[in-house]
Amino acid sequence: MCSTCGCGQGEKRVEDLHHHHAHADGNHGHGDTHDHVHDHAQQHEHVHTHADGTTHSHPHEHDHGHDHTHSHEPAPGEPRLLSVERDILARNDAIAAENRHDLQAAKTLALNLVSSPGSGKTALLVETLKRIGDTYPVAVIEGDQETTADADRIRATGAPAIQINTGKGCHLDADLVRTGMSRLGTPANGVLFIENVGNLVCPAGFDLGEAHKVVIVSVTEGEDKPLKYSGMFAASALMVVTKTDLLPHLDFDVDRLIANARRINPTIGVLKLSAKTGEGMDRWLHWLETARALRLATD
Amino acid sequence: MHEVSLATALIDLVHEQATAARARRVTRLVLEIGTLSHVDAHALRFAVDVAALGGPAEGATLEILEPEGTAYCLDCETSVTISTRGASCPRCGGVKLLVQGGDEMRLKEMEVV
Repeated sequence: MCSTCGCGQGEKRVEDLHHHHAHADGNHGHGDTHDHVHDHAQQHEHVHTHADGTTHSHPHEHDHGHDHTHSHEPAPGEPRLLSVERDILARNDAIAAENRHDLQAAKTLALNLVSSPGSGKTALLVETLKRIGDTYPVAVIEGDQETTADADRIRATGAPAIQINTGKGCHLDADLVRTGMSRLGTPANGVLFIENVGNLVCPAGFDLGEAHKVVIVSVTEGEDKPLKYSGMFAASALMVVTKTDLLPHLDFDVDRLIANARRINPTIGVLKLSAKTGEGMDRWLHWLETARALRLATD
Repeated sequence: MHEVSLATALIDLVHEQATAARARRVTRLVLEIGTLSHVDAHALRFAVDVAALGGPAEGATLEILEPEGTAYCLDCETSVTISTRGASCPRCGGVKLLVQGGDEMRLKEMEVV
């Protein structure tokens, strides 16, 4: 069990887009590798005969034709030290690199949206998709522990979406996203939104192949979130502050939130908006358009 | 950080390396878990023990090195040592620090027989 958030390795499912109900049994999108170490009898013993054919001119010629046996491997039971020097998440990172390569080839801008549960990620996404309309292609990968509720909300806007249920797992990994991408297709020249599981801790360490992580914080949370969950703010390129329409009713100091975020990550960008009233949405749409333009302009 | 995912990934990597080295058993693992990496060493130990059960690394000694956090202070333009993210510069008190090291999670070496 994850000591940080209490999650474990549960049943993972990537939605089958041909059947919109979730199967309780099938469609395991996880790519857990079960590596078995097989015991081979490993003593490859070679018998070398040194045929010493050197001719010496002095009278005492010794024939060094003795046989000796030596093993190229340490004797059984003798410990060996292997220098590995590899990142523990190397396998995830390798799959993330494949995702990034495919996204780059399709000129797709992929954004990994991360936040606490209830920050308004899905509401922001629904409003964003409505505004983008058919200006450019979009697609959404929805990560949640259970239910297809969020993907259903997204599909209601007309945008293609796929739900990934992580079961007891608390974050998306690169392999789940790869399966999602292969079933959903990547929107060429467009934007792929990946809505991660609501969790400010674990998703920070798992690269999915995205161009940027975007951390979303609502004004109903605490201003000290960046300090408490610094890994996520350190890994994100942009912080979107949501539900600003509620500010008049709260004692929330937005400037302190921003100062704390910059203390963790001096280069993080900040946007403030309300998906409900539409305040600040234009700037967010402009940020998306600019990031997409950069993706289109570069290889 | 999700210690179980991490432990599972680690044991997968250990098995892969052990197979390549044609080892029968893994007796010791040396990890580098930076102090800024958000991994709880105690939780990781427990998770690794569980993930290793039934495999060649079961019961292996786990040695965890914890490299300190290093950052570059944008105010005094110096590389400094910090113990947490968000810490002030120990030299000038500045708060604009770019983390440079101490967030690694690596399998450094392993002892096999």
